[in-house]
Amino acid sequence: MTRPSDDQLLAVLVDMVAARTQARRLWNLQRQGRIGTVAPIDGHEATVAATAHALDPSQDWILPQYREPLALQRYGPEVLDHYMLYNVGHPDGSRLPESVRVAPLQISLATQIPHAVGLAWGMTLQDEAGVVVVFFGDGSSSEGDFHEAANLAGVLRAPVILLCMNNQWAISTPLHQQTAAASLADRAVGYGINGVTVDGNDAAAVFDAVDEARKRALAGQGPTLIEACVYRLGAHTTADDPTRYVPPEDLEAARRDDPIERLEKHLVELGLWDDEIRSAVETQALSRIDEATDAAEAHPLRAEALMDHCLSVDSPRMARQRLALLSEAEL
Amino acid sequence: MSEIGSSVTGPSELTMLQAINEALHHEMARDERIVVLGEDVGRNGGVFRATEGLVEKFGEERVVDTPLAEGVIAGAAVGLAMAGLIPVAELQFLGFSYQAMHQIAGQVARLRYRTRSRFEPAITIRSPFGGGVRTPELHSDSLEGQLANIAGLKLVTPATAADAKGLLSSSIRDPDPVVFLEPLRGYRGIRGEVPSGEHLVPLGEARLAREGDDVVVIAWSYQVELACRVADALIDENLSVAVLDLRSLVPLDLAAIASVVDRCGRAVVVEEAVQTGGFAGEVVTTIVEECFWSLESPVVRVSGYDVPYPVGQLEDTYVPSEARIAAAVRRVLEVA
Repeated sequence: MTRPSDDQLLAVLVDMVAARTQARRLWNLQRQGRIGTVAPIDGHEATVAATAHALDPSQDWILPQYREPLALQRYGPEVLDHYMLYNVGHPDGSRLPESVRVAPLQISLATQIPHAVGLAWGMTLQDEAGVVVVFFGDGSSSEGDFHEAANLAGVLRAPVILLCMNNQWAISTPLHQQTAAASLADRAVGYGINGVTVDGNDAAAVFDAVDEARKRALAGQGPTLIEACVYRLGAHTTADDPTRYVPPEDLEAARRDDPIERLEKHLVELGLWDDEIRSAVETQALSRIDEATDAAEAHPLRAEALMDHCLSVDSPRMARQRLALLSEAEL
Repeated sequence: MSEIGSSVTGPSELTMLQAINEALHHEMARDERIVVLGEDVGRNGGVFRATEGLVEKFGEERVVDTPLAEGVIAGAAVGLAMAGLIPVAELQFLGFSYQAMHQIAGQVARLRYRTRSRFEPAITIRSPFGGGVRTPELHSDSLEGQLANIAGLKLVTPATAADAKGLLSSSIRDPDPVVFLEPLRGYRGIRGEVPSGEHLVPLGEARLAREGDDVVVIAWSYQVELACRVADALIDENLSVAVLDLRSLVPLDLAAIASVVDRCGRAVVVEEAVQTGGFAGEVVTTIVEECFWSLESPVVRVSGYDVPYPVGQLEDTYVPSEARIAAAVRRVLEVA
């Protein structure tokens, strides 16, 4: 196992703090009506950021669910820029540049897991180095797509890492109602693949687990299911009120295990982190997301874009609809 | 619209199934990015032998027997396309596509649109459909109306052996996702001359299968075969019945429909699917929009019934027969 270096852990913490800071801004932007529904990252920062830092953005892919983008800074500033385009409802939000190996958000839970297996398989067929990491949650692990994809990944020995962020809640459904399994990682046995459980609030442990899984995948040893145990510290989305169902004492306990505080404590001991640094990171993160928001809101959009990119060439029916749309747009 | 009996070179007499197999062999040899995946497509050559000989020629990396899971067959095809490959997936029977529909409708069809063409969904999903061969339940359903209602998919429905080859080659080369529907009854029941070697039929061009002036029967897939038999039989009654083979439902050849209906003034639309919400309704709407003032009688649909596809002893009652099509033709002609 390769422990992350102190510098790597510092970079992970910077991304985590920036993500938490920006998540608060997103919440307010949604309340102001400037963006649509968003899913806060609070509590998932260590798992997402440490995963990204254990990967090589020039060859490894990330297929997110929908909670991850704020902590994917390692994959380039385009991730945040496009996330904000997505949040303001611009269709370019899901079109990241070719160079950025991040797929668009996936709203239909678990459907991205078969895509990840297919992508990893396709890379192998073309002798491309690299692995695919696909994020999903404990709720998604109940979907048929998870099962079908994990099974196929095992058969093909695809270089894919199935990263289940077990945050204990699928909106209001707690884990014990999601499954009778003692551990989600145990399911790997049924697919003949490697399975590990990791403390998802421990950035170093996540880094280790992903690094190990990646090395196995690149060595042709097949997929790994990583269950990263975290706790959803915020609401499911801006449309959710978790006070209706999350026991306050559970939330309180989870807050005492905040992934950011844990890593801060470690880096303070090493003399690499203090309040001043944190304050600077937060200021920078806020100005960065404000810029991205302004740019997203100013990003041009023609009504005709509605018809673009459905088929490579409009069908005769669509061509007529496009003409009708243009004439109606002038009304 | 294509000409009748368009000239072919070096034809040989093949069944539709053999024509499909030829197209797969030809395309896989032409483009090494093509990967065939599905249940029993390799070692067994497909349960109907549509993929026969592929694994022997192109190897187990490119012809892959998948686990029995339709959802991940369609879903993995999305990932293969994201990797720059050209997946040709087989769903063993269209009735089983329900277990893949969340991937087909929610993911395959939307990949280009939601990523603004970052990812090229050059995916072909082949599947046999339609009844008449006494299969078990859910092996015969005609779901083209449901599939046509999914934006972002092309929907191709060959009716002849030559078209099966030419349209399949075009579908595989098409940059958009294509659901390619193969009539079960036609696999061995339809045969004809098929050009050897390269043969391409463009998507979106209907074919006038029979010339005629009194009435046109508009159909696709196996119903074209039935309509042609009816047209041929009615020549004895001095009736001139045209048959328009749509070939693809998406894109739909609006101009060909308008042209032939304007000329004939009377139309029958045939489909095997459940009537309510079926694609024949879309064709009738097209006729009303394009040709209302040319119509000399109401358009008549010949469809299945609004019931699930039945078991064997009721099959022949359910599927459109030559007698029902002939009766519909006479009915539209009775209106002065």
